[in-house]
Amino acid sequence: MELHALTVHEARELLRKREITAVELTQAILERTSLIDGKIKSYLNLAPEAALEQAGQADALLNSGSRAPLLGIPVAIKDVISARGLPTTCGSRILKGYQPPYDSTAVTRLREAGAIILGKTNTDEFAMGSSTENSQYFTTHNPWDTSRVPGGSSGGSAAAVAAGEASFALGSDTGGSVRQPAALCGVVGLRPTYGRISRYGLVAYASSLDQIGPITKDVTDAALVLSVIAGHDPQDSTSLVGPAPDYTRALIPEVRGMRIGLPQEYFASGMDREVESRVREAISLLESLGAKVEEVSLPHTRYSLPTYYLIAPSEASANLARYDGVKYGYSADGKDAWQLIRRTRGQGFGPEVKRRIMLGTYALSAGYYDAYYLQAQKVRTLIKQDFDRALEKFDVLVAPTSPEAAFPIGEKKKDPLEMYMADIFVLAQPLAGIPAISIPCGFAGELPVGMQIMGRPGDEEKILQVAYTYEQASEWHKMRPPV
Amino acid sequence: MGIDRRQVEHIAELAKLELTPEEIEIFASQLSVILEHFRSLQEVDTGGIPPTAQVIPLRNVLRQDEVVPSLPTEDVLSNAPHKEKGYIKTPPLRE
Repeated sequence: MELHALTVHEARELLRKREITAVELTQAILERTSLIDGKIKSYLNLAPEAALEQAGQADALLNSGSRAPLLGIPVAIKDVISARGLPTTCGSRILKGYQPPYDSTAVTRLREAGAIILGKTNTDEFAMGSSTENSQYFTTHNPWDTSRVPGGSSGGSAAAVAAGEASFALGSDTGGSVRQPAALCGVVGLRPTYGRISRYGLVAYASSLDQIGPITKDVTDAALVLSVIAGHDPQDSTSLVGPAPDYTRALIPEVRGMRIGLPQEYFASGMDREVESRVREAISLLESLGAKVEEVSLPHTRYSLPTYYLIAPSEASANLARYDGVKYGYSADGKDAWQLIRRTRGQGFGPEVKRRIMLGTYALSAGYYDAYYLQAQKVRTLIKQDFDRALEKFDVLVAPTSPEAAFPIGEKKKDPLEMYMADIFVLAQPLAGIPAISIPCGFAGELPVGMQIMGRPGDEEKILQVAYTYEQASEWHKMRPPV
Repeated sequence: MGIDRRQVEHIAELAKLELTPEEIEIFASQLSVILEHFRSLQEVDTGGIPPTAQVIPLRNVLRQDEVVPSLPTEDVLSNAPHKEKGYIKTPPLRE
């Protein structure tokens, strides 16, 4: 038995029975990582000694009978989520060496649940990208084919989970950055309802869209992890009020009578044929299990790309104003403060971040605000209304996560607009604030394909139930990459 | 609608970004292409449609105005590139 390949729930059972120790599990994953991470490059920072120390403490607690929900389970954290004791770079030069003086709430809750923090994973700079190629440090490679991207921006987290370099990981999803890399790496990625998980300690990109989400090997693990990190946090005034439910109760293998809508705009031409076939086969399986499947229209889908790429950069241009070379991070020389600030930002930010700051500043500037930013906010209302209407009639909506499987490194890097289009199916859900999960549903050639299940705001249980039912009737989640 | 070099320089100044001449050239062309693509948004009839700034049914979230411990000054200042006597140090805003 290879310990690094275990799911969270499998490892937890063995740890609780004391058939394995947390030190053994952590060591196995660290050895696996040192063996393959030269090829995959998931981690920006790995902390083996601290991890083994936490593992020793977890074993002591396990010996004394503790049943903390993630006790002894090693986790990787996307490097836009603050964890005390480890640098947070956001994949950017401008934050090189920055040490967050506090834990994000999500990390606090993982620590309280007994999880072992392994390190920080690679990301497109400030989570802006779909391939990790915008990381200022290096590009992460897809474990299924190392000449291809892992997706992004949480590509380091998705690759780490797929390759057995962590039992699970945290990512963040502003416009698909948990679901798209999960699809491209053949793992499960869950974006919860906006406000479900506290954003305290998540470095802000676009605050009305940013959400943390778990990346796991199967649906059971997604429910387990979500139960730990979800719930109201007084430190985040946009977090939903009230405690989060125990999501593992939603793991019921039953879709009989469930109404599933297929948004026809997500099956448009231009999509990879094999990807479409795999998703349609998965839908047929759900139908054969008793779900009622029907087409539905989300008429404003084609506007989700321009709407997202005006709103998110606008919010980013305000949020990233804080990087001035004065309080923390990289600092350039300047004869006065303004020159220091201009130079710090010019030298510290990479091309995609500058592009989005420029785009957002333009959309918010005098004379263009109404035509761009305000119009995008109004179309956002229409996109949300599309989902509200569809989800009155249907319990969940099912579609592909990505229009294609993992693409070759370098293929889209030169053309920003082509890279934006990689996110075409994962932008509308954050704009509408609805939860969505991506699960493996087969292969296009040697590359994994993801299916996306979307639900009503606050109804993570329903998408978990459909995802779990499909997963229990298929074998895709048991496949591991050849690396 | 195209964006020229002069506009790129103006936006960069608003955003306090020092750009190289090559970057100004590239952004002028890339932003023009992107905004051209985004023109499709103008065809949507949004008459009478309110804008959405946020998606959650929360309004004016307040907390008790109580004194609670904050992060230690040393921890917060430890990341500052230049500091002196418990303060962050910057060059003057004006000579």
